[in-house]
Amino acid sequence: MTLLCLPCRSLNVLFHGVSWWGGVQMGPPDPILGVSEAFKKDSNPKKMNLGVGAYRDDQGKPFVLSCVRKAEALISAKQMDKEYLGITGLADFNKSCAKLALGADSEVLKSGRNITVQTISGTGSLRIGANFLSRFHGGPRDVYLPKPSWGNHTPIFKDAGMTLKAYRYYDPATCGFDHSGALEDISKIPEQSVIMLHACAHNPTGVDPRPEQWKEISDLVKKRNLLVFFDMAYQGFASGDIDKDAWAVRYFIEQGHNIVLSQSFAKNMGLYGERVGGFTVVCNDAEEAKRVESQLKILIRPIYSNPPMNGARIASTILNTPELYSVWLGEVHGMANRIIKMREQLEAGLKKEGSTRDWQHVIDQIGMFCFTGLKPEQVERLTKEFSVYMTKDGRISMAGVTSGNVGYLAAGIHAVTK
Amino acid sequence: SSWWGGVQMGPPDPILGVSEAFKKDSNPKKMNLGVGAYRDDQGKPFVLSCVRKAEALISAKQMDKEYLGITGLADFNKSCAKLALGADSEVLKSGRNITVQTISGTGSLRIGANFLSRFHGGPRDVYLPKPSWGNHTPIFKDAGMTLKAYRYYDPATCGFDHSGALEDISKIPEQSVIMLHACAHNPTGVDPRPEQWKEISDLVKKRNLLVFFDMAYQGFASGDIDKDAWAVRYFIEQGHNIVLSQSFAKNMGLYGERVGGFTVVCNDAEEAKRVESQLKILIRPIYSNPPMNGARIASTILNTPELYSVWLGEVHGMANRIIKMREQLEAGLKKEGSTRDWQHVIDQIGMFCFTGLKPEQVERLTKEFSVYMTKDGRISMAGVTSGNVGYLAAGIHAVTK
Repeated sequence: MTLLCLPCRSLNVLFHGVSWWGGVQMGPPDPILGVSEAFKKDSNPKKMNLGVGAYRDDQGKPFVLSCVRKAEALISAKQMDKEYLGITGLADFNKSCAKLALGADSEVLKSGRNITVQTISGTGSLRIGANFLSRFHGGPRDVYLPKPSWGNHTPIFKDAGMTLKAYRYYDPATCGFDHSGALEDISKIPEQSVIMLHACAHNPTGVDPRPEQWKEISDLVKKRNLLVFFDMAYQGFASGDIDKDAWAVRYFIEQGHNIVLSQSFAKNMGLYGERVGGFTVVCNDAEEAKRVESQLKILIRPIYSNPPMNGARIASTILNTPELYSVWLGEVHGMANRIIKMREQLEAGLKKEGSTRDWQHVIDQIGMFCFTGLKPEQVERLTKEFSVYMTKDGRISMAGVTSGNVGYLAAGIHAVTK
Repeated sequence: SSWWGGVQMGPPDPILGVSEAFKKDSNPKKMNLGVGAYRDDQGKPFVLSCVRKAEALISAKQMDKEYLGITGLADFNKSCAKLALGADSEVLKSGRNITVQTISGTGSLRIGANFLSRFHGGPRDVYLPKPSWGNHTPIFKDAGMTLKAYRYYDPATCGFDHSGALEDISKIPEQSVIMLHACAHNPTGVDPRPEQWKEISDLVKKRNLLVFFDMAYQGFASGDIDKDAWAVRYFIEQGHNIVLSQSFAKNMGLYGERVGGFTVVCNDAEEAKRVESQLKILIRPIYSNPPMNGARIASTILNTPELYSVWLGEVHGMANRIIKMREQLEAGLKKEGSTRDWQHVIDQIGMFCFTGLKPEQVERLTKEFSVYMTKDGRISMAGVTSGNVGYLAAGIHAVTK
């Protein structure tokens, strides 16, 4: 039928006598956030939400860091006003955000050749970056994502006017890093294209390159003259060590890559709903950074004018108050450690269930997520029969696993894979 | 050798750039009449007591910081819509609106612009009043729409160009988008009278235009929440299925917390569900989900009767102080001996006054008196106090006599 072939905008015109939005189709639910919505509706008392990457304590409860509560008390005592931040956000936050990623002794910071702006968490940072690339990057429109990547990367870049391509990354045969496949694909990427790299704790696979592998990637990316876009959403959360998790970012910069970088404080400071993040462009020099800053402001102003203050004040207080900073380092370390422990318990649990499959990757993978290797049909069974909710790519959020439910999870996974 | 070698230095934001210039000025008598942020009579930022009370209530609950959904805090969305549309609105009863939490007014307008760009079947043109808030233009442009204008402000009278507006609107192609400021027009402070709104509504209906209301000052214009929402509610009663942006930056003083709402009035609840699903798909790759803190504060105020009435009183108080400053400025100009007609200073409504000053006069006022404003002659009355209104009158008189 001709009507069905028309783009939805034309359908809206045909329906105009009745409604402006007659042609607007019901869209599919977000694959990740949609999991939580389905979970909420389930009445099974043993249900597990392993969908969204939000940290849970060992009682399965959301965890507000004590350094965050202390920072909030300090802020509240000051009874500060609520005047607009500038377009680029809270200056003290921006400085310490960059320092956290790049390291206090970074030559980039000393020469002032970075511009770091406060953003609406990691997503907001990526989108600002995507919009900036779309407007100012002279190279190809293609952004190369690792295969697989976080689902939201694709619409972020697409809606910003870029096109998506991929390079091999995850090896389903080993549930590990496909180093040779990645290098082979990267060697064919046209010069000046944008390549997205996950700084640590790759989402969704949990598979990170080893340092010597990162070095080869850096050399090759340099040879191909690619623009590197680092997504660092889990600094501190991967290994438990802030500097270790930023190693790849800092190494690339030392190697001369003028990167762009997105940071999120949703996970490592538990500031999820406060929406705290940063976007950095490493430039040639301070003068270039000023030009880039001016254009970032022009881009941001018609999206949301200026960013939300509360979360940035909390993050800045923590980063800039030595006492709170060390409490924070301890708490991030603690969260990462619990995750690592759950990995060990899950792997042990699967062995105990009698599984003959190789589950080494559960321990080898790093960060919040584990790419189980489960096929969509197995995921569906795990959800329908055991009320264990995850995304259909087989990704589970280890943060949702507790010592109380890891046994049930192991039993369920074994049941659908034996 | 560099990715960004070709990136030019961009011009500073015309409005926010004023504040930056003001900060650098060392003149003790300097006045910042640029950004529309309310100041008390000591010239200080004002945090409403209902906001402080709400913060205390929220803090006591020690809530977590889990992600809100893509469309934000549900209790906020409901009360945000109720505030604009009225508790007895048929739209709310039938559930035929979708209201989502946004990043204040700008975020709301941009979501709306993006939604129109993607789903509006009509022309790409958005008709803004002339003049309009400066940021409207890049908001719609960057979203892929094109900008046009209809006459609105009459420089001859410093008032509303009713016949000019109707004439221009009568020529707008069907199904185009028309932007209307619900109250306290920015930058002019000139609002149509109710009978004029009725004529606009009839004509817009006849032309079959899609109405986009920008309501950034509900409560701030007249001091009365319902009075300021009259045009929005009237248009809905008249059958316009509007889209609406709301901001709580000014009327709750929540500026930097970034609290706002975007509403699409649909044919029915089923359509609202479809529209909601597409708004989510649009929002997710921009910022995933909105910031929680400001929405919790606003929701607490709107949903706690005691705080709600404190708030109404404080909004009324802010609006009254503005009105008083208008009266004092007009009186001050008379006292200075100005022979010009400054009636519009009193007639205009809301935070801003379109003085009628020309760019050269604005420049003199800034250079010689350290009075900062945007070069269209717009002053933020919120930055005027009983302590500096005399100085301002003297300065304005000096550059216009």
